[in-house]
Amino acid sequence: MFRFLIGRLALLVPTFLGVTIVAFGFIRLLPGDPVLLLAGERGITEERYNQLMEQFGFSRPIWEQYFDYLVGLLQGDLGISIVTKKPVVTEFFTLFPATAELALCAIILAVAIGIPAGILAAVKRGSFFDQTIMGTALIGYSMPIFWWGLLLIILFSGILQWTPVSGRISLMFYFPQPTGFMLIDSLLSGQKGAFTSAVRHLILPAIVLATIPLAVIARQTRSAMLEVLGEDYVRTARAKGLTPFRVVGMHALRNALIPVITTIGLQVGVLLAGAILTETIFSWPGIGKWMVDSIARRDYPVVQGGLLMIAAIVMVVNLTVDLLYGLVNPRIRHN
Amino acid sequence: MNNPDRSAVVLAESRNATRKMLAEFWFYFSQNRGAVAGLFVFIVLVIVALAAPLVAPHDPDVQYRDFFLTPPVWQEGGNSMFLLGTDAVGRDMLSRLIFGARFSLFIGLVVVGIALTGGIVIGVVAGYFRGWVDTVIMRVMDVILAFPSLLLALVLVAVLGPGLMNAMIAIAIVLQPHFVRLTRAAVLTERTRDYVVAARLAGAGNTRLMFKTILPNCLAPLIVQGTLSFSNAILDAAALGFLGMGAQPPTPEWGTMLAEAREFILRAWWVVTFPGLAILITVLAINLVGDGLRDALDPKLKRS
Amino acid sequence: MIIRRTMKIALMGVSLAMFAASAASAKTLVYCSEGSPEGFDSALYTSGTTFDAASKPVYNRLVEFKRGTTEVVPGLAESWEVSEDGLEYTFNLRKGVKFHSVDGFAPTRDFNADDVIYSFGRQLDENHAWNSYTPGASWEYFNGMSMPDLIKEIVKVDDHTVKFVLTRPEAPMLANLAMDFASVMSAEYADQLEADGKMEMMNQVPVGTGPFQFVGYQKDAVIRYQAFADYWDGKQPIDNLIFAITTDASVRLQKLKAGECHVAPYPAPADVSDIKADANLNLMEQEGLNVGYMAYNTQVAPFDNVKVRKALNMAINKQAILDAVFQGAGQAAKNPIPPTMWSYNKAVEDDAFDPEAAKKMLEEAGVTDLKMKIWAMPVQRPYNPNARRMAEVIQADFAKVGVEVEIVSYEWGEYLKRSKEKDREGAVLLGWTGDNGDPDNFLAVLLGCDGVGGSNRAQWCHQPFEDLIQKAKTISDKDERTKLYEEAQVVFKEQAPWATIAHSVVFMPMSTKVSGYVMDPLGGHRFDGVDIAE
Repeated sequence: MFRFLIGRLALLVPTFLGVTIVAFGFIRLLPGDPVLLLAGERGITEERYNQLMEQFGFSRPIWEQYFDYLVGLLQGDLGISIVTKKPVVTEFFTLFPATAELALCAIILAVAIGIPAGILAAVKRGSFFDQTIMGTALIGYSMPIFWWGLLLIILFSGILQWTPVSGRISLMFYFPQPTGFMLIDSLLSGQKGAFTSAVRHLILPAIVLATIPLAVIARQTRSAMLEVLGEDYVRTARAKGLTPFRVVGMHALRNALIPVITTIGLQVGVLLAGAILTETIFSWPGIGKWMVDSIARRDYPVVQGGLLMIAAIVMVVNLTVDLLYGLVNPRIRHN
Repeated sequence: MNNPDRSAVVLAESRNATRKMLAEFWFYFSQNRGAVAGLFVFIVLVIVALAAPLVAPHDPDVQYRDFFLTPPVWQEGGNSMFLLGTDAVGRDMLSRLIFGARFSLFIGLVVVGIALTGGIVIGVVAGYFRGWVDTVIMRVMDVILAFPSLLLALVLVAVLGPGLMNAMIAIAIVLQPHFVRLTRAAVLTERTRDYVVAARLAGAGNTRLMFKTILPNCLAPLIVQGTLSFSNAILDAAALGFLGMGAQPPTPEWGTMLAEAREFILRAWWVVTFPGLAILITVLAINLVGDGLRDALDPKLKRS
Repeated sequence: MIIRRTMKIALMGVSLAMFAASAASAKTLVYCSEGSPEGFDSALYTSGTTFDAASKPVYNRLVEFKRGTTEVVPGLAESWEVSEDGLEYTFNLRKGVKFHSVDGFAPTRDFNADDVIYSFGRQLDENHAWNSYTPGASWEYFNGMSMPDLIKEIVKVDDHTVKFVLTRPEAPMLANLAMDFASVMSAEYADQLEADGKMEMMNQVPVGTGPFQFVGYQKDAVIRYQAFADYWDGKQPIDNLIFAITTDASVRLQKLKAGECHVAPYPAPADVSDIKADANLNLMEQEGLNVGYMAYNTQVAPFDNVKVRKALNMAINKQAILDAVFQGAGQAAKNPIPPTMWSYNKAVEDDAFDPEAAKKMLEEAGVTDLKMKIWAMPVQRPYNPNARRMAEVIQADFAKVGVEVEIVSYEWGEYLKRSKEKDREGAVLLGWTGDNGDPDNFLAVLLGCDGVGGSNRAQWCHQPFEDLIQKAKTISDKDERTKLYEEAQVVFKEQAPWATIAHSVVFMPMSTKVSGYVMDPLGGHRFDGVDIAE
């Protein structure tokens, strides 16, 4: 197991270096000049322009910039945002809990509904229930979520007025946020109604973000279950006269869940991509919206740092999933 | 070569076999009602897209200055000239949606074309040569896959400049590692098979071996992945358009139309609803076909 | 672990107790702002969003714009004298003005001349300890208004008197000092931060003398303020002021309707009629201090010919643009300055919309089969909510007089840069928003000879016009200046270097509970003097 872990980690190093090159290289290739953008219609004198380019370090040779960048990276320094003039790392960690909370809730929602739905569909294969579930799942899978979010806003916030329009909690509430997770912090604050308010704010974005993972997980669970249900040992268990519940619950489910876990792990990338759209629609103060805004503003260091951090998260999660998979499925390790 | 009769027989036999395979494929495919429905919708979409100038009641870019934001015909204030209403500058929604079908299908086609060709070539090279070529290629693919696809596409488009062509290139780049991985895996399993060894002993060159002998045997998963990518490409292009980085107005691309319509979300539901619905229906149809293809092409699922 | 630490730091700075104490039966006004402030040290930035959140609530200036006007009134300076030659401005400072207390800082003295010296000195002197206190610090507005060249020195005469010495007479100087970059900071706070090695806090936790004091900021979400009890001009009617950052216009409106906020700026033009119909909402409107224009390149044929420019101007259907692009939230422009600005020449007559005559004029000028480019900005600006759409309308209009238009666009930074080039091809859509309400800020910057190859996108240097605006800059008598500017506008109209398109109308929707709100012609959002009914 240890060697397996080391091997995986060793693979990560070149990939991560590649990620730094991509993040760094793209940003140098971006057309448009951040200094000119800052100046706007007002313009800027040539002298001042050169001064600023110097100050931001854009005027030095590219390999020097990359080297500095790597050195900074090792020290946990991702540079300074051109727009806010604050460290990118600080901004990232200020905003990350909002995205993490949203993504976690979405994945919990997707798993909590997707797995039972997939199991039921597999057990009742071919039934009306199965067809409805799988039809719905395919629609969810095909959904342009940015549009889906708009529809939900029109319906639930606009017409029915059941949910608030945007934000993370009602402005009535104000308390310290030791964790950055609004659901937890609102409970800790002890303020009446704070938790309910946080839930009401979270529900629509979480549904929108959960849509595609939910569909994928339900489909994956169903097909994994179907495969396992056809295996010999399950047939044996059935023949022994075990109740269907025990057959499914004890024998089939455990084996069927292994590929499903991988699928769930792979949804992290999907979630982060989805967060870009979801956060934009719901004005959710997270890193997805931050990235979109920063790209529009040509805030080089932010785009670069954000790309890097997000890729790092995806890589770490994938590694964890790999390790988990190796743990439950010993055959993989020796491959 | 020296025996023309024999080669003709072989040819006829292989043609027969192909026909049989197709028949079998269609048998399984047509059993899936959803897939057939999806195929039907898809064919209709293709026809509509091809015949757009004939089908569309108006020019999609003409602004009817007296008809800003006219609601659909069945709603109060609607006008029979504009079945699905008009947008903020008085352009006919229906005509724009019809022309939009062209863009979406074109995007799917081009993206899958680029990603598939690029992916196959790179994947075959990696799988066939192994060694450091393989390592380098696969690490590069890992790097691409480490980024969430939409984010990477977004930054790529920012680098290349917003626009439909650049959006398509970006999405193709983001999608092609899947093809590379699939092709490489298939090549790895096939290259040690007897028929490949036999062909190599018979003196077949590298290129011939790679593309003529091995490749046709790993087409099935590629076709399935291709359909999947087709729908993904349409969704991603629409998302880029929605974020203002895809096709630029006044192009009637559905995602771009949605982005332009956002400000009317409370006042004119039709400019928001219809483009999204069009995307959903198209993607759904393609995914239905993809599911059908997978079931029909995957012998394992067939049995169970 | 890093997460936890950063969060802690971010939140410790927030004085929770103060806010909670006043929460009971307090009057709270929620403003759904359109974006996040870049920081809280206004002088570092140029965007109105940042000024709304930083300089307007928290700080004061030596002189202020009277609410709702561009008139300069006393602020932290009670009075001032300008020397005969216009080179020396002496300010007599107000006494007994208190600074805010925040977590970790309690002022021990009142406002005095040191604070003024500090606030300007850090921007003026490159060797000042605070000149680049935060990475990438740059004083864009201060530089942009040519202050480093203009100010020779700032002298502390005594504790309550400061003197600005200029290198040349500058009529708009007082108005400049009322701008956001001239906000007065606390020198004592600065000294303490410097001693503690926490200089970056100046940009995160602001301390000023203004009507509201800063309580806390959650990035991209909420900013909280409370009324400053010891404000020199009296405590504000409301107790708490909250900025709920909401970037999307339709979402802002929904929140306003749902009562989640009380004031929400920049409604989508499409929603204006809906807001007007809502009995719970009040819609204020005002012409913006801006102009949207299309600048021909007057140095390139055939646009060097006045007749061609005039003819094209006559071919543009401004009403169609107002309908399709501004959705009614605009008014047709005839002068290069907006009607709310002093010296606006009402007598100037706009070019009539007459495609037939335009076509004839083009033929007379010997121009047939003209093909041209129109540049459309890639971004939404107050003076042009949708340049692409505007270009499309003009394209259709020009087609009717036989001119074929190709619409081009570049990424915004590139657009600004390339459109400056003297040999640029085509006409550029652009605009301008006023900084200080002085006509010089429009006419000299946008149409003066100095601006050719720069902010003068028409590349237009016309001596009679130039003489008028140069003369107006050096004299301080407003009536005389008005006459000169009025004349300049007549010259402009004859020469037509631009097609003046529109001035936007700024709408401000708010709950009917809100009273005392006054719209700012300079486009800012101020909440001093505003009250809310329970």
